[in-house]
Amino acid sequence: MTEATQSPVTASPSSLEKKATASTLSRLAKYTLVKILTLGVTIVIGVYLTIIIANMGGEVDNIRRGEIRERVALMVSMNQDLRRLPAEERAKYINDMVKIEEDRLGLDRPFILRSFTYLTDAMSLNLGRAQFLTSDSGSKQVRLIILERLPPTLVLFGTANILLFFFALFIALGLSRHYGSFLDRLVIALAPTSAAPGWFYGIFLILIFAAVLNVLPYGGMVDAPVPDTTIGYALSLLKHMILPTLAIFLSSIFITIYSWRTFFLIFSSEDYVEMAKAKGLSSQMIERRYILRPTMPNIITNFALLIIGLWFGAIILETVFNWPGLGRLFYRAIGLFDTPVIVGETVIYAYLLAITVFLLDFIYALVDPRVKVGGEGPKA
Amino acid sequence: MNALKNTFRDISQYPSAVLGLVIIVLLVIFAVYAVVTIPYNEAIRMWRGGEEIWGDYPRNAAPAWTNWFSAKKLPETIILTTDDERVKKEIQTVGSNQEVIMHYVFDYPYDDFPQEMIIFFTSKYDVKQPHITMKWVTPDGRELRMSQMSVRRSDQYRFELDERLKRRIKDMTIIQGLFATPDVMPPTIQKGQYELQISALLFEPNAEVDAKLVIYGKVHGLAGTDHLRRDLMVAMLWGAPIALSFGILAALGTSVLSMIIAAVGSWFGGAVDEVIQRITEVNLVLPVLPILIMIGTLYSRSIWVILGAVVALSIFSSSIKTFRAIFLQIKEAPYIEAARSYGAGNLRIIFSYLIPRLIPVLIPGFVIGIPSYVFLEASLAVLGLGDPVLPTWGKVINDAQAQGALFNGHYYWVLQPAVLLMITGLAFSMLGFALDRIFNPRLRGV
Repeated sequence: MTEATQSPVTASPSSLEKKATASTLSRLAKYTLVKILTLGVTIVIGVYLTIIIANMGGEVDNIRRGEIRERVALMVSMNQDLRRLPAEERAKYINDMVKIEEDRLGLDRPFILRSFTYLTDAMSLNLGRAQFLTSDSGSKQVRLIILERLPPTLVLFGTANILLFFFALFIALGLSRHYGSFLDRLVIALAPTSAAPGWFYGIFLILIFAAVLNVLPYGGMVDAPVPDTTIGYALSLLKHMILPTLAIFLSSIFITIYSWRTFFLIFSSEDYVEMAKAKGLSSQMIERRYILRPTMPNIITNFALLIIGLWFGAIILETVFNWPGLGRLFYRAIGLFDTPVIVGETVIYAYLLAITVFLLDFIYALVDPRVKVGGEGPKA
Repeated sequence: MNALKNTFRDISQYPSAVLGLVIIVLLVIFAVYAVVTIPYNEAIRMWRGGEEIWGDYPRNAAPAWTNWFSAKKLPETIILTTDDERVKKEIQTVGSNQEVIMHYVFDYPYDDFPQEMIIFFTSKYDVKQPHITMKWVTPDGRELRMSQMSVRRSDQYRFELDERLKRRIKDMTIIQGLFATPDVMPPTIQKGQYELQISALLFEPNAEVDAKLVIYGKVHGLAGTDHLRRDLMVAMLWGAPIALSFGILAALGTSVLSMIIAAVGSWFGGAVDEVIQRITEVNLVLPVLPILIMIGTLYSRSIWVILGAVVALSIFSSSIKTFRAIFLQIKEAPYIEAARSYGAGNLRIIFSYLIPRLIPVLIPGFVIGIPSYVFLEASLAVLGLGDPVLPTWGKVINDAQAQGALFNGHYYWVLQPAVLLMITGLAFSMLGFALDRIFNPRLRGV
């Protein structure tokens, strides 16, 4: 506020501000729209590639054929007249029906054409039926199975990522101001430990806190039997979340602090920071306005890459901790060779990644002064 | 040459880099040792062979060195064959029959009971099976008789299934009963010299009989064994060359290819550059690990197929953007203009003038990238998608997880591969971080 209001103004300050807000909003809206469109195209291409890879061995075709056969068989068994037919005739009838259905749905068409049908199916989350796995509510719909497993994953990774972001931000900012101190050098020395993924730390954490000290559970999401009260449930959930969250946190915190601290150091050697110091601004003000602000876009890009890495780490982390999320589902699907679930999950992961990238891009737009104030948008 | 010398001088100023380099050299020696002592086919045979290879090893045995740190000495496996000097074999002729008497005498100095006891019989006969009677003699002279039996050409006798011993030994397991001091609760080992007498009655002149006594211990070798009695040392040794070659090949392939692509993109600019940029963005959203899992499940789990897929999926990674930014700067340099003016071709400029300039940036990135690929291989193995034949560290962790190793207290099973992975990852990572600061002086002051 201080500099802006002190500068001489010709128009009335309030109308100028309003105008600025309006143009910022429209710029944001435009930026968001462009981002959504590009990401939409990106997702389509990503999912399409996934389908192509999945169908190189004809697996998606098999999923579809299995579905058609099941539907036809069910229809025949429901029909009184058809049920009375001798077994051979009935089998022949079913085969004919399956053939007709397959032709109708275009399974006899070349793969290039079919792949677009699969693409629209996948994009609309019409992921087919699982071969072995069922959702807790008993459904075999891959979509339902996956949706049921989504909340635990989001809870765990949301918590861990938020903790990671804020801890890393404040510690990095603090360290950059005490550059060269013991703590600073300690963090640099510890940065290489982030080469190991979260599940790896998870194993050690389970060993220490569950196996040796026996203070925290080995895995799972809540105690068995499940507590009746909401508070009891929440406490039990918290207790089970400590170790996996800690594992994610430990695996990324040092490298994140290290790289963000480097960003801060680069920006705090800029001339305008020296200028602000010379003007006698408080160090808090300098940090917020002149260091944190211009660094934010870099930090958010860095964080986006980090989260993308963590999403994949999730698959194994959840397996190690028996966390009933998407990753654990993936692991079970691999064990059972449940192809529809594996393909479906890959599609879902493509979506999740895209949403993550989009959200972070949006925040990027909010904090990046170039999007907010300047004419030229950032080239992402 | 001079540049190399300078680099080494710079590295020597970073203790973490020196440590990392030393560990990497040791790991390479370890890996070479593994490949030389246990050739590829031998390793696969030792890991996938079957009972005839690891039948004499105990199950889930801790490494033998754990005994040094514990007051309670766990037993090692005792194997007694008739070739052993502790075993005496006498043959007497009784009428038309022969009687073979074998004495197995051994010391038992350990503080814990053995895990299992099995006698493996082999015999030769035409029609009538040899008839066996056995007797167990304890250090204080007590004698326990076991059930009599006839043995086939290849047969096993398990002490813990013996009905007659079970009737005699009431309030403890049979193995405890054989080794315990009488009338002491809880069961305590009676140390000293034990003897097993096997006498076999052969009814045919050409018949033969032989027996091997295996008293399975609770510790084994340098690395212990897993739930299938396999010696974990094979996997620990062979994990090293696999992890190193996978990590290095993947990191090398990825970084070199993405650098070439970035160079091509920034040199030609325009549509080429635009396409590369867009592919990079799509690639960012591609779920790499799920796709690898899909490939592993649907097509092939061979480590080389996965390696190819990993490289293919990581070429268009975010490092292209970093490389591109630098190439765009280098492109404007006067020496490139000079090259262009004397008529150098595009390929010549890209490969001889642009790319060599970027090697200082490439090397740290390449070294830092290695651990992530080493862990990626381990991650896939932990998900059960490891190479089907080769023993790797990740597969050992996967087995251990599946058998609840941590829950059952078999810590060595998880810790050994995990520590080896950690050491490998840390070594490359420490070296890479130091190299990054050496080659990118902008960070050196920071």
